[in-house]
Amino acid sequence: MFSFLARRLLSTLPVLLIVSVLVFLLLRLTPGDPAAVLAGDTASTDQIAQIRTHLGLDRSIPAQFAIWFGHLLGGDLGESFYYKAKVTTLIAQRLEPTLSLALITITIAVLVAVPLGVLAAWRFGGWLDRCLMGFSVLGFSVPIFVLAYLMIWLVSIKLGWLPVQGYRRLADGLVPYLSHLVLPALTLSVVYIALIARVTRASVLETLGEDYIRTARAKGLPERTVLLRHALANAAVPIATVIGIGIALLIGGVVVTESVFAIPGLGRLTVDAVLARDFPTIQGVILLFSFIYVAVNLLVDLSYVFFDPRIRY
Amino acid sequence: MANSTEFDSLSTESATVVAQPSALARVRANVSVRIGSSVLLALVLVALLAPWLGTVDPTLFDPASRDLLPGGQGEITTLEGDSIKHTFLMGSDGYGRDIYSRVVYGTRVSLIVGVCTALVALAFGIALGLCAGTLRRLDGPLMRVMDGVMAIPAILIAIALVAIWRGSLPTVVIAIAIPEIPRVTRLVRSLVLTIREEPYVEAAISLGTPTWKIMLRHILPNTVAPLVVQGTFICASGILVEAILSFLGVGLPPDIATWGNVMAEGRAQFNEFPHNIFFPGIFLAVTVLAVNMLGDGLRDSLDPKMAKRV
Repeated sequence: MFSFLARRLLSTLPVLLIVSVLVFLLLRLTPGDPAAVLAGDTASTDQIAQIRTHLGLDRSIPAQFAIWFGHLLGGDLGESFYYKAKVTTLIAQRLEPTLSLALITITIAVLVAVPLGVLAAWRFGGWLDRCLMGFSVLGFSVPIFVLAYLMIWLVSIKLGWLPVQGYRRLADGLVPYLSHLVLPALTLSVVYIALIARVTRASVLETLGEDYIRTARAKGLPERTVLLRHALANAAVPIATVIGIGIALLIGGVVVTESVFAIPGLGRLTVDAVLARDFPTIQGVILLFSFIYVAVNLLVDLSYVFFDPRIRY
Repeated sequence: MANSTEFDSLSTESATVVAQPSALARVRANVSVRIGSSVLLALVLVALLAPWLGTVDPTLFDPASRDLLPGGQGEITTLEGDSIKHTFLMGSDGYGRDIYSRVVYGTRVSLIVGVCTALVALAFGIALGLCAGTLRRLDGPLMRVMDGVMAIPAILIAIALVAIWRGSLPTVVIAIAIPEIPRVTRLVRSLVLTIREEPYVEAAISLGTPTWKIMLRHILPNTVAPLVVQGTFICASGILVEAILSFLGVGLPPDIATWGNVMAEGRAQFNEFPHNIFFPGIFLAVTVLAVNMLGDGLRDSLDPKMAKRV
């Protein structure tokens, strides 16, 4: 187990290194003076000169990468010249809204999608199944911002149930916090529900055809136990996998959702940084999101042991 | 792993033998394919016939016709400076531009972006996948780089690239296509590794056929069906991502009529004029839905096993 853990952790290092190289090259291989590009349109000549010495831009590309990577390992993502602050500080300030949104979304998605998928597989070909399949194609096709505006228009403007936009910190009280997050989280969860429900349905459908299901039914187990203890439990690995893979979808959705609902999180920071061409911030956010994605999928891999005792590392 | 690959190739082979003559017939009979392709055909016609569908130049505006509701009557100033009467079927925006014309012309941009993105991603993916699948020494390093690209959320790559290159049609297409390349590469590589073991490839090798000829003549044709399906899904996501980029203000320049741009301009007045977002939104959703249905249908009718592979 420990040797597996060590090996699995080590195997993510090359991926993270390659991600770092790619993010580094993203800016260094663009035409023009990288110092001027990094500093953005609002920088002064002094700032550009300062970046040039700080990053060693007069040296070779590998040497520059070594310097940049050294800063990265030391937790230094550089300085935003648009916000006049350290990128790490900016990210830390924006972490709460994004994490809250993501966690609530994942919770809603799993709580809705898994039961729906199980029921659809249980009554394969029935009305619920057909509705779910139709919904999932629709969920993949309706753009998230169109859905977001539809929700705002219906729930907030027409019905007046929830605030239209904005964000309240958890420290401001639980009710305002949740009431500002429910709508964005619901919007964001639609694609995720479509994805998870589809995979749940497919993998439960596969386990329902197994011999041990017939045995379980033959010995008179209640249908609920058959579905949950036997079918769903054995279908857990692909479901966990798709939740992990779906994080990429979720991150893309966060960028759009935060922008529509005016939530001051990392997604909003990304868009603002791109509009201001604030490259240190763009680099920092991309690195962070990619590392989160890799880390979540690492956790998913490790969770296989928990879901399927037959898997022993 | 070796066993399952063997099993896959066996069952694919037997399925192909039975299905070969009727593959096209099955595609034609598929309901999803029929609906998807009919809707797409209609959209292609809309794009081609845009000037004759009661539209005006999508860049024309008239301050007197600002913020009209759908069906409103107003005037619009032509490039020559004449004022002509015009019915604003979908209303007008804050500059007095005709939303209907902008949406109809936006169909052109979305379809072009979708198709071009798919073609660019497929071209690079096929080339890299063939290299990885045939040249063993390249395989390891190339696939590690692809793993790295796949670890970065697609939309962030696209946003960052457009930010660096500044938005124009070619840069937006390439920026959207790049994050899709690793998936195509992986697919082509896995297909090549499976097909390489087929007896006819072994026969070709033993006859001394050059590697490039084996790649192009024996391996590539057998990857067509899965690639068409994959290309359809890339097209759908390309259309979506372009709209997202334009909507966020980091895509094509705002003077180009795209669905994303129309929606971005409608944001400020959403409370009073929600139709400025909903009309282009409906077009966008229907288009992506049609492409996705076409892809689902093609996948189901060409190769049922692919549902799991992709």
